[in-house]
Amino acid sequence: MCLGIPGQIVAIADGDATLAVVEISGVRRAVDVACVVDPGQPLETLIGAWVLVHVGFAMSRIDEDEAAATLQILAEIGEADAEIEAMRDSAAAPPLAEKESTPCAS
Amino acid sequence: MRFVTEFRDPAVAARLIREIGTLAARLERGRENPIAVMEVCGGHTHAIFRYGLEGLLPDIIEFVHGPGCPVCVLPMGRVDDCVAIAARPEVIFATFGDAMRVPGSRKSLLQAKADGADVRMVYSPLDALALARRHKDRHVVFFGLGFETTMPATALTVLRAAREGIANFSVFCNHITIIPTLRALLAQPNFGIDGFIGPGHVSMVIGTAPYRFIAEEFGRPLVVAGFEPIDLLQSLLMVLRQLAEGRAAIENQYARVVPEHGNAAALAAVAEVYETRPTFEWRGLGSIADSGVRLRAPYAVFDAERRFAVPDIKVADPAACRCGEVLTGALKPWACAAFGGACTPDTPLGALMVSSEGACAAYHQYGGMRGAA
Amino acid sequence: MNIPFDATPRRPRRVSQTTVTLAHGGGGTAMRDLIEDVFLETFAGVAHPPAEDQARFDLLALMTLGDRLAFTTDSFVVDPLFFPGGDIGSLAVCGTINDLAVGGARPVALSCAVIIEEGLPVDTLRRIARSMAHAAAEAGVSIVTGDTKVVARGACDKLFVTTTGIGVVRAGLHVGIDRARPGDVVLVNGLLGDHGAAILNARGDLALETTIESDCAPLHDLVATLIAAAPGVRMMRDATRGGVAAVLNELAEASKVGVRIRELDLPIRPEVSGFCEILGLDPLYLANEGKLVVVVPADEAPAALAAWRAHPLGREAIAIGAIVAARPGRVVMETCFGGERIVDMLVGDQLPRIC
Repeated sequence: MCLGIPGQIVAIADGDATLAVVEISGVRRAVDVACVVDPGQPLETLIGAWVLVHVGFAMSRIDEDEAAATLQILAEIGEADAEIEAMRDSAAAPPLAEKESTPCAS
Repeated sequence: MRFVTEFRDPAVAARLIREIGTLAARLERGRENPIAVMEVCGGHTHAIFRYGLEGLLPDIIEFVHGPGCPVCVLPMGRVDDCVAIAARPEVIFATFGDAMRVPGSRKSLLQAKADGADVRMVYSPLDALALARRHKDRHVVFFGLGFETTMPATALTVLRAAREGIANFSVFCNHITIIPTLRALLAQPNFGIDGFIGPGHVSMVIGTAPYRFIAEEFGRPLVVAGFEPIDLLQSLLMVLRQLAEGRAAIENQYARVVPEHGNAAALAAVAEVYETRPTFEWRGLGSIADSGVRLRAPYAVFDAERRFAVPDIKVADPAACRCGEVLTGALKPWACAAFGGACTPDTPLGALMVSSEGACAAYHQYGGMRGAA
Repeated sequence: MNIPFDATPRRPRRVSQTTVTLAHGGGGTAMRDLIEDVFLETFAGVAHPPAEDQARFDLLALMTLGDRLAFTTDSFVVDPLFFPGGDIGSLAVCGTINDLAVGGARPVALSCAVIIEEGLPVDTLRRIARSMAHAAAEAGVSIVTGDTKVVARGACDKLFVTTTGIGVVRAGLHVGIDRARPGDVVLVNGLLGDHGAAILNARGDLALETTIESDCAPLHDLVATLIAAAPGVRMMRDATRGGVAAVLNELAEASKVGVRIRELDLPIRPEVSGFCEILGLDPLYLANEGKLVVVVPADEAPAALAAWRAHPLGREAIAIGAIVAARPGRVVMETCFGGERIVDMLVGDQLPRIC
């Protein structure tokens, strides 16, 4: 079962019961944070952290550096090829209009 | 939505698809022997269909949808057991939505509810426990379903129930594990899959090491993938790169969520609460050794199987059902004689038509834009 | 012979109990008290006294509004009775008004029949009646007749409401689900999925906190605006159960055309999006109670959108797709990603998933 969604921890619901409030696009829910809390650290240190939520449990802390690194790799993919293609196209014919890209908001 | 929207960017997708096309062409395959990549997670199957990914890829690449949907592989006999438990007047049967429509040999949980059983849909096992706290005169049974992704949630809920001394709560445990299943698949003769897209959320619990045997013993690459369409495309590209370079290794595309060593707290809870069953039945695949778990003896009081006598009868799939062949990639859904006729999402014959992540249900609903119609 | 009448004015009838009992359905004074106290008095602003067994209308007067009679009925069994943005009462009034409106009819009057489960608090009934009166008054429609029944505990779920409506269709207006043609444009008047999400969340078992509210609203004025701006409108439907997906599929089948929509153009509130992502739901299948799906000729689309956007119920109106000749009977969506997938009818209700 895989449906998990990133959410941000915005408050502590019940510190003794390791429950925090996560917010996803304005929707809030109490989640169990036992899997993401640093042992020995108070729950409050989680506020502001991004976590992966699955069936009411925060199962992993999202590593923002890794996310940025992945996006960087993605940004570079095909860049060399795209440049070569662009050079080829501009030599042969008028440049094609670039399709506007709008990331999916949903 | 952060960490989601960025991974749905069509401009990035276009470049990935171009790269994939270039790389695939180098592998010198044809439409008769396409590059077969298997994803083993129902969530991946769903995403592939939802975003129409297959239609965007060259014909020489083929997605084979593996047995990664725990709802689909639930044997009919186990559903009968659920219905028997739910029928008891003192029981509130709490389940995930996915499981409500799976047919048993006579009825599904949804039909049992229509017949008067108190079946409630919950989003989380914590909500099932809350029901137990609220209804002290009833006994709440939670239907624990899912791979390693969901096992910790059920385990942590059992531990919570134990801590609070909640006596009117138990779990009907149907959790299954992915590794024995993968092994069983790979051990099949003529298993023609070139590489795997690995289950991202199972891996956030178990880490990436457990998949090593796939590369080392069976020489196939596996890339652990996220669930957004960019994640899937990037993972596919990484599989193709390995194939082009003649390598087989385990790689992690979903590093922003999946830690290499998995989640210690989750694994500890799982080890504390569960033990492996010697065998467990998978609808469409038969019995697979060590692929299921049950509650350990110290948690017997939370084990619905020990508490309630269940029929526990093995129910065979209808003869016309060829799910096993579809699951291993030997048969395409639309090539099954029953597809769309005797077997539809409304009247499913077998595992893969039962839930919306099953390959057959997905093709039926979303339409194989390439190949089917 | 003159019989002297008591000069004291008859006191208004009042229900003395706090919960509805079978006696209130028995036809005697208890029932009379309930009807007068809860319904007649509440509907006094919108009802036509005196209360006969039927309402009567002057036909010639109706014929000044158009040339055909429209007639529709709907039963409302929503649970819970009260939810953010509305209740079973406002839903019952708006739902039937909307069913008339999408046929091009001016709504004239409604009936209101209720089946009450024994034990329902009278106060609950009063609140719902008031809500109905308010919705009807806002829409300029009268509730002219009705019926009241009480059934034993367990024989119905708290309250069922059936409203039937009559309206008059504007002369010369011809709309139908089978009239769409390739080249036409598909429009919606605003954000999709609010009602379905609000109801699902109000059932309480999901423990999600959200501000999503039902979009329940009467749409006949919005329809009038559309007809004025786009007189060539082909079809209109409100996207209730089954959501926009259900309407588009019916349209594709009835008109024998393909429907092509763009995911990027679907107007969806971020909270509804988040709600759907958490539960694994598709907003295309969520119910709406204040949303129209209409098909207009392409050259009338800009005027239609401009007119809608100037209307309070149409501020976020947008074109979501087009009618095409390819793949008749099928609804195809261009995903936000550039791929394509079919938007099919669902088998039953959409259920949250964890897979």
